[in-house]
Amino acid sequence: MNPGQESRGNPGQESRGAAIDLKSISKAYGSFKALDGVSLHIKAGEFMTLLGPSGSGKTTTLNVVAGFTEASSGALEVGGKSVVGVPAHKRNIGVVFQHYALFPHMTVSRNVAYPLALRGVAGAERERRVGQALDMVKMADFGHRFPSELSGGQQQRVALARAIVFDPPLLLMDEPLGALDKKLREWLQLEIKRIHRELGTTFVYVTHDQEEALVLSDRIAVFNRGRIEQIGTGRELYDEPATLFVGKFIGDSTVLRGAAATSGGETAIDIAGQKVATVKRLANGGRPVMLLRPEKLALARRGVGGDGRNRLTGRIGEAIYLGSGSKYEVDLADGSKAIVRSTLEADSFAIGDEVDVLFAGADVKLLADDDKADLTLT
Amino acid sequence: MEMKPLTRVVLGLVCLLVAIWLVAPTLVVVPMSFNENKSLAFPPQGFSWQWYQNFVTNPDWSNSFLNSLKVASIVAVLATVLGTLAAFGLDRMKARPANLLRMLMLTPMVVPGVVLAIGIYAVYLDTRLVGTLLGFVLAHTILALPFVLIAVSANLEVFDRRLETAAASLGANALTTFRTVTLPLIAPGLLSGLLFAFATSFDEIVVSLFITNPYLKTLPVQIFASITRDADPTVAAVGTILLFATTILIGSGMLLLGRERKGRQ
Ligand SMILES: Nc1ncnc2c1ncn2[C@@H]1O[C@H](COP(=O)(O)OP(=O)(O)O)[C@@H](O)[C@H]1O
Ligand SMILES: [Mg+2]
Repeated sequence: MNPGQESRGNPGQESRGAAIDLKSISKAYGSFKALDGVSLHIKAGEFMTLLGPSGSGKTTTLNVVAGFTEASSGALEVGGKSVVGVPAHKRNIGVVFQHYALFPHMTVSRNVAYPLALRGVAGAERERRVGQALDMVKMADFGHRFPSELSGGQQQRVALARAIVFDPPLLLMDEPLGALDKKLREWLQLEIKRIHRELGTTFVYVTHDQEEALVLSDRIAVFNRGRIEQIGTGRELYDEPATLFVGKFIGDSTVLRGAAATSGGETAIDIAGQKVATVKRLANGGRPVMLLRPEKLALARRGVGGDGRNRLTGRIGEAIYLGSGSKYEVDLADGSKAIVRSTLEADSFAIGDEVDVLFAGADVKLLADDDKADLTLT
Repeated sequence: MEMKPLTRVVLGLVCLLVAIWLVAPTLVVVPMSFNENKSLAFPPQGFSWQWYQNFVTNPDWSNSFLNSLKVASIVAVLATVLGTLAAFGLDRMKARPANLLRMLMLTPMVVPGVVLAIGIYAVYLDTRLVGTLLGFVLAHTILALPFVLIAVSANLEVFDRRLETAAASLGANALTTFRTVTLPLIAPGLLSGLLFAFATSFDEIVVSLFITNPYLKTLPVQIFASITRDADPTVAAVGTILLFATTILIGSGMLLLGRERKGRQ
């Protein structure tokens, strides 16, 4: 095994990917910091997604790794070697762009053969590898076409073939499915997942779509304003968000604010006169924020049931039938909105119904308030 | 909107008239070149090839034609190389200084030819460039450069620079990227720049009249001299040859372009 290449969790399969280490990478444009101390370790063969709203620094990070942009400060290692100062064309990293970037004057085959030709691969070997790469993206029958004769999804598959045909140990993708419609996107997500499994190389994927991130990734790094807020598996980010921003960006959530009072080891929070008990102590005082996931909330008719759970009064503002269940928006007494997901078996409610929202103190996440998280998410 | 039959006929007639008006002067030249008499009167009388023969055998004509061909060819290559480099530089510069520089380089198009001619003549007298190949090439390149600059700039404007980034990610250095990606995609601009440069030099007359001497004449200078001296139908023969040459050149160029475009769609 080469230095810097680690075996993936997958037993029996040696990883062909490179590990990547970003150490306090910063990038300034004038006085504006597009990246502000980004540190991230990506394991060999891992599928890492950079997730965040538009303008949060995802593309800049990718460009620094690819060598298209020079970082203002920080260290960067790919496969255990520093690549600072190495020009893009010498990094041997595959890149897939949102805008495909296929060469319009070359056929599909010649596009895919391009990186091989540059590496001196010729003749039958070149043909074989082009065929293999096109097979992998299921575009083998389109070799003689020009990019302008293909749909967006087909073009992106060719671009993917071109980026993997030279066996790079690392593949970067910047919102590759951003320009495609939803159905196609979902199908290609599964294709990308399959290709990652088959290649075993390291994938770094950029998206602003949290669902896409959850579908694809081994781990997700959540970006906000040029910094990483949290790194973890989708599950970790959903269940244990480290910041309010992460909690709000991943999945639906109900956010409540109120004055905290800690007594006897527990913190209770006053929401418009109604006390909410939590099982956590608030460590640093301040104004805490409570974050609740929709499936941890239940609805009951006003004053009915509850068995000791927290109870907030409200009125159904919106009821959405989802097939597998229903989603409700409840207008709470303090003016905030609760989002509740219920199964088919649960009672159903209509808009305007007076209800109580029930939840256990153990399901409440207490987080520090930061107004930054209130920026509109895209 | 559907057109009424009458409107269609009237419109067709008007178009035909305009077309005739545009090409008539050109077509008058063709019969005149076969005139039996040494006269430029229209309509011509009789039929003969003698003016074509004169063009080939009379060294005044054949030499000036070869001179023009030589000068225009060198100018086309030189102006295309320089103009393309300039277009690239301007494309990749900050907008403000680039616009200023671009205007500067386009001035030969707007400055009256006579003004340029006098300036060039004055400089050439001192540097002994009058009547030399180098003199013609330098002067014509100044005039041809703006055409190349405009044609290549127009192509660069629509060229997607992100393709260069993609090429780099695939392992191509700057030179390879230029050769394999950028150049093929801006080739149409380059080619039309080349043609314009050639044409500009080939039929340049104002500056040429100033910097010519009996030892080095270009074809336009010879035509001008001939027509001011006597009514020699060789002029018409030259015109006819040029007419067919350019028609074939432009026609085949358009055919080639059309085929390529069809292949890509
Ligand atoms: N060349 C540049 N000059 C100035 N600002 C830039 C440049 N490139 C990116 N930025 C800024 O850096 C920030 C991060 O951009 P980017 O990494 O593209 O975000 P994302 O990909 O997450 O949407 C944005 O605010 C953007 O405007
Ligand atoms: Mg981006």
